[in-house]
Amino acid sequence: MLTQYDIEEVQQHCKNAFTQQEIVSLYQRFCQLDRNNCGFIPSDEFLSIPEFAVNPLSQSMLRLLDGFNFKEFIAFLSAFSPRATLQHKIEFIFKVYDTDCNGKVSFDDMLTVLRDLTGQYMSEQQRKEVLAQVLEEAGYTKDSFLVLSDFMKVLKQLISSITCCTGILKFHLDSGQFGSEDGSGGSRGLE
Amino acid sequence: MNSTGTLKSSSSELDLDRPNIEDYLPSGAAIQQEPCGKLRLHDLLDISPTLSEAAGAIVDDSFTRCFKSNPPEPWNWNIYLFPLWCFGVFLRYLIIFPTRALVLTIGWIIFLSAFIPVHLLLKGHDKLRRNIERSLVEMMCGFFVASWTGVVKYHGPRPSRRPKQVFVANHTSMIDFIILEQMTAFAVIMQKHPGWVGLLQSTILESVGCIWFNRSEAKDREIVARKLRDHVQGTDNNPLLIFPEGTCVNNHYTVMFKKGAFELGCTVCPIAIKYNKIFVDAFWNSRKQSFTTHLLQLMTSWAVVCDVWYLEPQNLKPGETPIEFAERVRDIISTRAGLKMVPWDGYLKYSRPSPKHRERKQQNFAESVLRRLEEK
Repeated sequence: MLTQYDIEEVQQHCKNAFTQQEIVSLYQRFCQLDRNNCGFIPSDEFLSIPEFAVNPLSQSMLRLLDGFNFKEFIAFLSAFSPRATLQHKIEFIFKVYDTDCNGKVSFDDMLTVLRDLTGQYMSEQQRKEVLAQVLEEAGYTKDSFLVLSDFMKVLKQLISSITCCTGILKFHLDSGQFGSEDGSGGSRGLE
Repeated sequence: MNSTGTLKSSSSELDLDRPNIEDYLPSGAAIQQEPCGKLRLHDLLDISPTLSEAAGAIVDDSFTRCFKSNPPEPWNWNIYLFPLWCFGVFLRYLIIFPTRALVLTIGWIIFLSAFIPVHLLLKGHDKLRRNIERSLVEMMCGFFVASWTGVVKYHGPRPSRRPKQVFVANHTSMIDFIILEQMTAFAVIMQKHPGWVGLLQSTILESVGCIWFNRSEAKDREIVARKLRDHVQGTDNNPLLIFPEGTCVNNHYTVMFKKGAFELGCTVCPIAIKYNKIFVDAFWNSRKQSFTTHLLQLMTSWAVVCDVWYLEPQNLKPGETPIEFAERVRDIISTRAGLKMVPWDGYLKYSRPSPKHRERKQQNFAESVLRRLEEK
């Protein structure tokens, strides 16, 4: 069970990206996913959500999600909150690309993500060509390393596509609660 | 809940005064409009729609919701209602439950003392033996239903015993079978269970003609398909009951039907079952409780209330594939029982989705990139 102190601590950790009610709802979801009550969600559990498992970028996201406790889980999801800043969202995208976490995104990093997104429907050669072409047009070369400020420059027109999933979060804000496995939910009964 | 059945959508049942989540979930298609124009670095780097879908699935997903228990809300939360509830608990556990256990034991004694002799002595007279065993099983199921004070309302014409027909129903718990068996002795196809349930399956249910399968065995499907076909062709066999979902779902949703029942080349008679959660939630969450615990929970509640609708038999339409047929029947059942249809396979509870869903998304993206590359 979450106390008021816990909620406030988590809220601070995610820089107020979520309201207290949203944090409570997300906690119920976290508990639902953390079936063995070990305090974190194993990768297997995420992969057992079919909608997540069919997502082409699920592996990259799993890399970022591994071994997360609830605070880190909230911090991870805070990029998708309607209150997150554009800066925060772009930082998140950068983290997904930066597979070796060295603060720089190389041509190979971008190629890896493109490979995940296109699978077998584009040849490796085609991917390299496409990537090289768009990089050149944007003023970079194949050997340049992109840092966060480059991402900010390129993606600054990223309007609201990353907030579209927060429709889901908005639903839970409107409805007030998730309805966990053990909690209430459903019609009033006479048991 | 009236018998003519208002076909209101389950959203009003699920979220009485809350908004409907289906309005907020993105549909299968892409959330944004199809991008156009020349391909730029921005388009390749912007993975936000895909990431958003993944995050959306983490936050809530339609598959997990199918298997979430939704117990009725507690009402005993103030000083007047609490003693009333305590009295109710006393009544249920200490008076009603022992009575029911007694009724069930008596039922078992009567059943076994009639079944075993008939089974052993009437070996030669097959037809007579089968008829008696059939009535005995129906009676035993009646005892079971009485032991939870089942209030079952059957709508529609009773199933007839004709060859070349199968019955399909939505699945919430193993008690579905008992409720249906009480009215008509069906032959059923079931997963082989361990423990006392397995014992029951191999002895008594054998007499009504049951077929076993094992989810974990790969070759199993062909063997089972053949057994199904043989059973349906036989004139003297009990009508076959199949639960095409393949797993227990929480009676608010239906998952995809397996096509096995729909490719047998015979008439499919749908049956819709809807439980009223007023006293107890009849969903058997096999991840959380064993069947024994589930039965005990039912036996210590006031009553199990449900509606059973026997619907119009359906045939494969010309030009329809078995999968389309299955979906059509699922639609009929879901509409009747007020359930939401969900596009997932129930077996995803036990296994991962096949890569072809992901491949479809990858294909869409790759084609869009290549197309935009052509635009100069």
